[in-house]
Formats: sequence, C-alpha cells, structure tokens
Amino acid sequence: MKFTILSPTAILGYGFPEGSFQRGLEFCPDLIAVDGGSSDPGPHYLGSGKSFTDRSGVKRDLRIILKAAIPQRIPVVIGTAGGSGARPHLDWTREILHEIAREEELPFTVAVVASDFDKEYLQERLNQGDFVPLEFDGSLNSQTLEETPWVVGQLGVESFLPALESGAQVILAGRAYDPAVFASLPISRGFDKALALHLGKILECAAIAASPGSGSDCALGVLYADSFELIPLNDERNFTTESVAAHSLYEKSDPFHLPGPGGTLDLENCRFRNLGRGRVEVRGTRYLPADSYTLKLEGARRVGYRTISIAGIRDPRMIADLDSILTKVQGRADMILEKEGVGGQVWFHAYGRDGVMGALEPLAKKTIPYEVGLVIDAVAPTQEEANTRCSVIRSTLLHYGYPGRISTAGNLAFPFSPSDLGAGEVYEFSVYHLLEVTKEDLPGLFPFVIETYGGTK
Amino acid sequence: MTSTRKKLTEMARVIRSKNSGPFTLTLDILLQEPKDFYALREKNAFTPELIGGLYGIDPKMVQGIIYFEPAFAVKIVLPRPRPSGSPGDTDVYGAQQHAPLLDLDFQW
Repeated sequence: MKFTILSPTAILGYGFPEGSFQRGLEFCPDLIAVDGGSSDPGPHYLGSGKSFTDRSGVKRDLRIILKAAIPQRIPVVIGTAGGSGARPHLDWTREILHEIAREEELPFTVAVVASDFDKEYLQERLNQGDFVPLEFDGSLNSQTLEETPWVVGQLGVESFLPALESGAQVILAGRAYDPAVFASLPISRGFDKALALHLGKILECAAIAASPGSGSDCALGVLYADSFELIPLNDERNFTTESVAAHSLYEKSDPFHLPGPGGTLDLENCRFRNLGRGRVEVRGTRYLPADSYTLKLEGARRVGYRTISIAGIRDPRMIADLDSILTKVQGRADMILEKEGVGGQVWFHAYGRDGVMGALEPLAKKTIPYEVGLVIDAVAPTQEEANTRCSVIRSTLLHYGYPGRISTAGNLAFPFSPSDLGAGEVYEFSVYHLLEVTKEDLPGLFPFVIETYGGTK
Repeated sequence: MTSTRKKLTEMARVIRSKNSGPFTLTLDILLQEPKDFYALREKNAFTPELIGGLYGIDPKMVQGIIYFEPAFAVKIVLPRPRPSGSPGDTDVYGAQQHAPLLDLDFQW
C-alpha cells in the first residue's frame, strides 16, 4: 500500500526544471498537487483581487503539469488559486486553464471549490460574537467587514472530498489549508490522516525542505501505511533529517503543534531517518482532533492610497538631527494640510538607520550613519490627497532651515524626476479570525461546481 | 576554571526571521552541532529578558521561546510592531529582523 505525490513547485508560477518534473513522472505519481499562493506578500493581493504571481509563469507551470497529467489520468489538485484564493483569483486561474485547454486541444473537467463566504452569513455570525481573533485584537466590526471585498476560509480536507469523489480530473480550490491540497486524496483512499497531512505540510513548499532548498524545483513524497518518504528529483539536492525537521519550523509559531481545520498535527513523537540517496523517512506524527471544527478566515480592506518620494541625505549635521527635523517638518506640513482639508498620514523610512527594523532597531540611537536613504510614505483617503501630502512634506523638508544648517541650497538628493511616485491602493488585513462551523455546514458553505474545459472530442 | 565566550554565529548554521502569519514574527536559530543545542538548552540561554533587551521590547511581549530538538533549533516568537503590509510597516515578509541575534555570545 503506497501513494505517490508529485509536488512541482512551492507556489504555482515560480517555475521548475522540466527534468525534475519528468523524473517525478517516472515514479508514476497518484497525484500532482500544487499550492497556488500565500498570505506572505501582504494584504494588497487579497484585498485588490489581484495575483502576486506572474500570469505567464502560472500558465507555463500549468501547461507542463496538465500536458502530462491529463493523458496519463493523474489527478491534479490546485489550492489557493491565483495567490490569495478569493473569487477573482479563482476566475483568473480558470481563464488560464481555459486558454491551455484550447491551445493544447486538451479537454478536461475541473471541479471548482470556492472558499469565499457569503457576506450576510458572516455579518450574522459577527453579530452573534462568533469571530475569534487570531494573534491580534482586531477592531473588526460590521462596517470593516462590509469594507472587506472578499473573506475567504481556509478549506480543509473535508471540503476537498466531495470534489474528489466527483471524478473531475482537476480540482481547483480557493484559499486552502496547504496540507489539505496534498493530503485529501490519499486520506480518501484510507491513508493515515496525520502522516498524509504532515507530508502535505512538507510538499506544499516542494523542494524548500531539501538541502540546498529551492522554491522552484520539484519534490516527491511516498506515503505508506505507517510512514512516509521524501525523494529528491534533482541531483543538486538531497533531503536530510535536518532539512526536513528544520522545515517544520518555517513560518510557524510552534513547530511541535500545527493547527488546521478540525484538528492539530502533533510532531512531538516524530522520528526522521536518513535512508541514503537523499531520501528521508518520517514516522510517528499524530493527529489530535479538535472538539470543534474551526475555519481560519482571511480578508483585507482598502485603507487608502499611497504616494512616495525617495531622497538621499548626505549632510552629517542633518543626519545627526534627523528625528527632530522630521518632526518639525511634519508639524509645519500638517498646519498647511489641515487648512486645506487634506487627510492622511505620513511615515518616514530612514534606510541606513532604522528603515528595516523601525522600532525594533537596537542600533538606531547608537550610531550615526554617513548617508541616509529616506522614503517619504504618504497614505491618504484618496490618491489626490496622498499626492498633496507627499508633495508638501517633500518640499518643506527640501528647504527646511534646521538649526546649524550650512548647506542652504537644498536638503535632499532626489534620484528621479518626477520625485514623487503614486503607488496606488493600500490595504490592511481586516479579517484574520477563527470561525467555528459544523462539518454538516461545509458542503453548503463551500459547494463545488464541475466545469468542462476545451473541445469535446 | 577559566570561562570563555562563544559566539552564536560560530555555533549556528542558520539564523533567520520570518512572518508566522501577518501579525507574528518568528526567529529561528538552527545549531550546527547537537552538543551546542543541548548546552544552550541546558543553560536556558534564551530568555524573554535577553530577547527583550536585544529588540528594545518588554520581555512580556516575547510570546514564546521553544527548543526544537528534531532540528537542533531554537524558535523565538514576537508580535510584529505593525501587521504585515499595513501602513507604516517596514518589512512585509519579516525576513530581515534577525540581525540583533548575530551579535550574541554566551558564557561557555
């Protein structure tokens, strides 16, 4: 009894060497699964409905996967479509799939599982106080929920199973709990849930868990009754017990306990063993079912528009006194802007000093740099107001006569003309909560639709 | 008995930071040698006070310090000063917040 999973790349669109993929196919995989996104690139993409992945990259990856998988009847599961997995991201990926089916004359069926919540349902649950904030005490209320265009729930194994049973050749899912993208099919075939999810947790990053790691190379996992094995598909890299164990740490708060919808993966008794030839065996993972079924919700809302200006500062007197100069300039600018009724706020990113770490920078007060790269970052309710705020701050700072100034012609070195750049919409995560549902609610919350792609031959 | 100091950068093969979700920062230190991992764990070398001092935050803000034996690693969990990508944030991926750890050394 074994189940082989080919993971082509860490995020759909990041690419992979075709040689690695071909080598993976030689193992006759039972499933090709790929994660399409992440919340890491920030709130902009979920809020704006755009993908952070490149369209041509996603199309290239999908073309290679489908041209192999469809004729060989290997099921394909794609999770967190279009980078963030909301409705527009799903539609973006559907359009790419249609193009490939047409261009390659490759007909196939797709079960589409959307992960978007109905707003009315969420408003009702919010009113009942059912939202549990995760890791921050958000100020989510009825209005901020309304201002959040899409709220997605991370789909668990339970939401993949009906789509898998439909017999569709491709499953295209919205926002998904990454391990479920890989684990749902083997779990439906009777494989151990803990091992399948743990393997999925590693394979969702493809070769990142290998040594040397890579986000754009394939990896293979083989699931057995009481263990799983990781197999590299490129001579350049190996799996090692250290590289696999270390991956459990990556982007996680607690490496021993990985919570997901319906339960937690427990790695406390996990054992990793080198099998040689770059292969690693894992066993001992446990699954602790939770008392209730909770979904992780994500949403982002627009908080304004941004205009930035980039300028260098080289004068040591100005650099030594930078904080007080910026405070005074901001005060002067605010007087002008308030009179004009211009809203918004400005942030200064002082690169070379504390631009990277901000308040956490231990050296900011201890050393004086010889040069500072300043980014004036204005965020306001409209683009026009952001432009105005940035412009007033920039011009005031350029000519501000700070005490002890010796260079009276200008305080800033601009690398560009125009000096100010409109950076468009600014978003923030507005929903990052847990919501309890019953397993019986799931099919109604996240129904799937079967679609036919390409010609009928 | 003479005591020496040992630099963290001489013991670690990886010192990194990254988001763990949009509101949390996680620092990972992966030790090269198991014996260094065990020694650091034995000494309880990483405390909220040490991390608070390095990052200029209240030790109570340090959410977790976990010794992860399977990878001979220490994980430290902090709240982000601002959520990832919100106005005023400085590091959307949280991938450049590790530098203060590079200067650490320990009594050996």
